[in-house]
Amino acid sequence: MDWQDFLSVLPFIIVAGWATILLLVDLWIPANRKGITAGLAVLGLIAAIAAVISRFGIEREAFDGMIIVDGFSSFLQLLFLGVGVIAIAQAYDYLRRRDIERGEYYILLLYSLSGMLLMASAGDLIVVFLAVELLSIPLYVLAAFAIPKADSEESALKYFLLGAFASGFLVYGIALVFGSTGTTALSGMVAAIESAETTPILLLVGSGMILVGLGFKVAAVPFHMWTPDVYQGAPTSVTSFMAVGAKAGGFAALLRIFISALPGAAVMWMPLTMWIAALTMAWGNIAAISQTNIKRMLAYSSIAHAGYIFMALPAAATPEVAPEAVRAALFYLVTYAITNLGAWGVVLAMEKAEGSGLEIEDYSGLGKKRPALALAMALFMLSLTGIPPTVGFMGKFYLFQVVIDANLIWLALVGVVTSLISAYYYLRVIVVMYMRDGEPEVRSEALLNSTIFITAFGTFFFGILPGFLLKMINQVSLLDLFR
Amino acid sequence: MLEPWIFIALLLGAGMLLPGVTIVANWLLAPKKPNPIKQSIYECGIETVGETYIQLKGGYYIYALIFVVFDIEAVFMFPWAVAFDKLQLYMVMEGVIFILILAAGLAYAWRKGVLEWV
Amino acid sequence: MIPLSWYILVSAALFSIGIYGALARRNALAILMAIELMLNAVNLNLVAFWRYLTPNVVAGKVFVLVVFAVAASEVAVGLALIISIYRRRHTIAVEEIDMMKW
Repeated sequence: MDWQDFLSVLPFIIVAGWATILLLVDLWIPANRKGITAGLAVLGLIAAIAAVISRFGIEREAFDGMIIVDGFSSFLQLLFLGVGVIAIAQAYDYLRRRDIERGEYYILLLYSLSGMLLMASAGDLIVVFLAVELLSIPLYVLAAFAIPKADSEESALKYFLLGAFASGFLVYGIALVFGSTGTTALSGMVAAIESAETTPILLLVGSGMILVGLGFKVAAVPFHMWTPDVYQGAPTSVTSFMAVGAKAGGFAALLRIFISALPGAAVMWMPLTMWIAALTMAWGNIAAISQTNIKRMLAYSSIAHAGYIFMALPAAATPEVAPEAVRAALFYLVTYAITNLGAWGVVLAMEKAEGSGLEIEDYSGLGKKRPALALAMALFMLSLTGIPPTVGFMGKFYLFQVVIDANLIWLALVGVVTSLISAYYYLRVIVVMYMRDGEPEVRSEALLNSTIFITAFGTFFFGILPGFLLKMINQVSLLDLFR
Repeated sequence: MLEPWIFIALLLGAGMLLPGVTIVANWLLAPKKPNPIKQSIYECGIETVGETYIQLKGGYYIYALIFVVFDIEAVFMFPWAVAFDKLQLYMVMEGVIFILILAAGLAYAWRKGVLEWV
Repeated sequence: MIPLSWYILVSAALFSIGIYGALARRNALAILMAIELMLNAVNLNLVAFWRYLTPNVVAGKVFVLVVFAVAASEVAVGLALIISIYRRRHTIAVEEIDMMKW
């Protein structure tokens, strides 16, 4: 234990500490100038980004293995912090428009982000549990941020009850795995399983329950029931953050626990994850077809994408493919984050002050009225489908290749077929925007427009030149640490 | 195996016996001269007004919620306090930071007016 | 000494009662209590495993404290949410808070 340990969690300390300071500072910021809080929050995030970058490439365990700093954690932390900056920029004008502008929004967002940062570098199941809760509890409050609006209330209650239920499963699973291996440290679990000093039945039930708990968090079928309602009811800026951040956080934990700590138990979780992936892809895409509300449609789309990322887990059960599977999952998380933030940004621009303007029909005529915005939305829809030259294509290509390498050809086929199905409802948005006549009411807010521009640029740029991203991901070495 | 249980049973018996004897003795020995003033609910003090089953104000609940959180956070304080003289400097500082975070929460609640009895 | 498996069975029973309560009850407060029961089952499990398997390692005990604290903050947030809904709607029956389709 030395001061280096504190440097290892510096990004987390910055974000969580800054949130606590802001909580007090915000009390003396007048109600009509909450932009100051937003600006200060972004400053804190930039400081945290600097902290991550300055220590990029360092690999070490801190606090007796409770915290792991490696390429995997640094990469994910950068992703989370970037998502945080964009989420704050998207929220600023939206909150004023819906008349729910309060400084606590940004503070809760920072707290939730700090949970994600902790999740990325968790090296112990205790820290995983703590991070999941730190990530979720502020999100429950954020979902309720538009109270007394009835749909926000309902969304928050559903999210809270099912989220708490899921964390019950998660922590029970953790307790059973602890009982089976006699340790909560991820590195210790690898050793315990290799030396066969475990109780297999407890390990089987325990890892299954962890899968259920985290499956709820990432909205995988059959634990997805809450997603459409919560995403629809929550304020749209919260949904945008939730859909990207919470999901990426859940997958950070899934990848870390199952691929780096439980590879010895792969026989047990491989069939489970395989079926979850297949079901999630199929059901998410099929249910999305019948949706008329764009928020619900994107909610089902996010379920479907959880299925695609889930494919990395059964693929990683084959040890030779595992490092590549982790990289493919990370790449897909980035593509998902960029594209989805952009798509939700367009939804934010189209939403009216009273919370209407969310039907897909409301998008008719957008191509004529705001060509740039319509083009961006078209790009995001193509990327979500997985059509070149967008980043979504690269992500799917990489992921399917890994799945085929792991000899799971039927799973890759399910992925391809469901992607084809998804083309129907994604392209319908494009058709409505360009082929139908209408007079859409669109907002033009500087911050929101710039986030849409940045994400659209990213979607296109990484679609034709993914080299930079791939190079960065290739440095990720999740597995080296325990070998 | 059974011996500790016998001990517990004996203690239980003694624990029931002692107050029981005093209560029964009191009932047997005390003079009984009841009158209405003596038998009223509050021998001194004001009479109760209205129904007993009333709803409490919302302010009370928020107060209670804050109490729940602070009450449980104290659980981390016990191990810290017990091992205090064996701690290194940074461990003491960690505890202090923990208390400071709690204090920040309290300050927030205070400023928001939750602590005032409305 | 009581064998470890008894503790695991009791804890599993508590957990199952909690699941049943969370799924079957209609009142949001009752669901919250059922979820607390699930978390307490976990605590029982953790303490038993710690005592029987790794009495010299502190991790199991510490985990119980963490679960306590996290459960309390979760309950505080949940109760605040339920109160604010109750104030406006005068009901916390979950089937009545159901405008959107599930």
